[in-house]
Amino acid sequence: MKQLTVISGKGGTGKTTITAAFAALAQNHVMADGDVDAADLHLILTPHIKRGKEFYGGRAPSLDKDKCDQCGICMEVCRFDAIHNFTRDPISCEGCGLCMHACPTGAIKMGEKLSGYWFISDTRFGPMVHARLGIAEENSGKLVTLVRQQARLIAEDENKDLIIIDGPPGIGCPVIAALTGVTLVLAVTEPTLSGIHDLERVLDVAKHFNVPAMVCVNKCDINPENTRKIEDYCQDKNIEVVGEIPYDPVVTKAMVERQALVEYDSGIVAEIIKKMWEKIEAKLQDGLKG
Amino acid sequence: MIISIASGKGGTGKTTVAVNLALSLKDAQYMDCDVEEPNGHLFLKPQIEDSISVGIPVPEVDKSRCTYCGECVRVCEFNAIVVIKQKVLIFPELCHGCGGCSYICPVGAIEEVEREIGIIEKGKAGNIEFVHGILNVGEPMAPPLIRTEKRFINNHKTVIIDSSPGTSCPVVQAVKGSDFCLLVTEPTPFGLNDLKLAVEMVRKLGIPLGLLINCSDIGDRKVWQYCETEKIPILLEIPADRRIAEAYSRGIPLLEELPENKKRFQELYYEIEKEGRRRENEATDCNQW
Ligand code: SF4
Ligand code: SF4
Repeated sequence: MKQLTVISGKGGTGKTTITAAFAALAQNHVMADGDVDAADLHLILTPHIKRGKEFYGGRAPSLDKDKCDQCGICMEVCRFDAIHNFTRDPISCEGCGLCMHACPTGAIKMGEKLSGYWFISDTRFGPMVHARLGIAEENSGKLVTLVRQQARLIAEDENKDLIIIDGPPGIGCPVIAALTGVTLVLAVTEPTLSGIHDLERVLDVAKHFNVPAMVCVNKCDINPENTRKIEDYCQDKNIEVVGEIPYDPVVTKAMVERQALVEYDSGIVAEIIKKMWEKIEAKLQDGLKG
Repeated sequence: MIISIASGKGGTGKTTVAVNLALSLKDAQYMDCDVEEPNGHLFLKPQIEDSISVGIPVPEVDKSRCTYCGECVRVCEFNAIVVIKQKVLIFPELCHGCGGCSYICPVGAIEEVEREIGIIEKGKAGNIEFVHGILNVGEPMAPPLIRTEKRFINNHKTVIIDSSPGTSCPVVQAVKGSDFCLLVTEPTPFGLNDLKLAVEMVRKLGIPLGLLINCSDIGDRKVWQYCETEKIPILLEIPADRRIAEAYSRGIPLLEELPENKKRFQELYYEIEKEGRRRENEATDCNQW
C-alpha cells in the first residue's frame, strides 16, 4: 500500500486545496486529514460521518480535596509551575503525574483525559478518516498516528491501494507523525522568502526521516525569481518540482463553493494539477518503498 | 502591554501584521514564538547579538547503581524509559523533562542532563528589540522552547508576540499571558473555520481579542456575519493587493514598501489598547483541578 502526505512547512500555501483536488483525481484510495489542529479538508469533501469516537490523548491529575492536607509538596515538585493555591492550571500542566507520586496523603489521582474526537466518514471521493483535537490539547502527534492507522485499516479492508494524507503545518510532532513511513511527501510552497525558508526546513525533516519528497510551487508568478531559486535549490538536492501553479482567484472561488478545484473548473490551474497528479501517481508506482 | 498575534490557520498574514505593528511603534519588542518556522527575521533583518541554547533535562542512568527495579518506568507518563532485562533504554525525544524518574528512583541512579531542543537568538532591528526561538529539526518539543523564550519579555516595551498557526499547545504557550490577542484571518471558508477555533482558544485563556481581516475583498461575507453574532470587534481590514504580496515575497515589510500604511497600523495599536482596557475586567479565571 502506498501513502502520500501533502505538507507545507508553513500553513496557507494551498496544501488542502491541492489535497482535495487529489482526492477527486485519485482512484481507489482513502483520505486522511492529518491536520488535526485546524482540519479544513472536510469543508471541501463534506464527509458523512459514519462513526465517531473519543480520543484520550493523555492523563491528567485530579485532586480529592478531603484528603488534601495543603502541605504544598505538589506545588514544590511541579516543574511546569502548574499548581498555584491548590488549583491546577490545565494549560501549564504536562500531565506528568509527579504531583501524584509526591503527594504524601494520596489526594491526587491520574485519570484519562478526553482530548478530542476522530471520525470515519464517507465522501463523494471515497472513505475519509478525520479528527478534531480539543482546543489547547496536547498529543496531536498521537491523534495523527491514530488517524493514519484507521485509514490503513480501511484501506486493507476495502482493498484500497493508496492513502492520501493532508498534513499539518510546521515541523513539530504532528508533522513527524504525518510523514514517518510514508511512500512519498509532496511539499507545497510559495515563492516567498519565508516560503523558501520553511520549505528547506520541512524538506530537512523529510530527509531526516528518510522519506522521498517532491515539491509544488503555488502562486509561482508572485515572484518568478524566487520560483527559480526554489527550482535551483530542489535541483541541487535532487528533488523534483512536479508542479508550478500561477495565482488565480478561481482557487478561492472553488473553495467558497466547497468544491475541489478540478470539479469546479477546467481552466489552466486544474490542468496543471491534473498533470502534477499524473507525475505523482507514476512516482508512487515507481518501485518506491511501501 | 503584551499583544499576541494568532490566526488559527497559517498563511493569513500573521507575520506581516506582527512585523508591521512592531515597525509602526516607537518602543516595540518583537518576539517570534513560531519556533517551528520563525519568519519575522526575514523581514526585520535583525542584528543578532546573543544566542542561547535551550535544553530540557533528560535522565541518564548510572549503570553501576541501577537495580533494574522498573520504578522509573512506572512513573514515566510518556513512555520515555523502558527496562528490558539488565538494560535501561531512554527515548530522549519522548521525555518531557518532568524529573519524575529521578525523583522516584529508590537508589538515586538517575541523574539529569541537558538535551538541546533549540536556540533563542536576541538582537536589535533598528529600534525594535528582537527575540526569536528556533526549534531543532526533527524535534517535537516546541512548548518548552517557547516557555523559555517568553522569559525574555521586556515589560518596559510594547511586546508583540508572533505565534504559530493552529490552536494546539505551542500556540497556547505563545498566547498565554498576553493582554490582548489579535487574530488575523482571511474571509474564506477555511479562514472562518480556523478563526472559530482560534476564538474558542483565546476565550478559554480569558484574553480579550479582536480581528484583523486580511485580503478582505476575496471570498465571501461570512466572517463579518460571524463577528457580528459573536460580538468580535473588527479592528482593521486590509484588501488584497498584489504589491503587498510581492513585497512579502521579497522579504520587504509592508511599511517599507507602502509607508502610507504606517498610520493604519498606529491606529490599529490604538484600537487594541482601547479594547484591552475595556475588557480588562471581563477576563476569566481558567484554573481548575
Ligand atoms: S501532573 Fe505534572 S505538570 Fe501537572 S500539576 Fe502534576 S506535577 Fe505539575
Ligand atoms: S523526566 Fe519525566 S518524562 Fe522524562 S523520562 Fe523521566 S519521568 Fe519520563
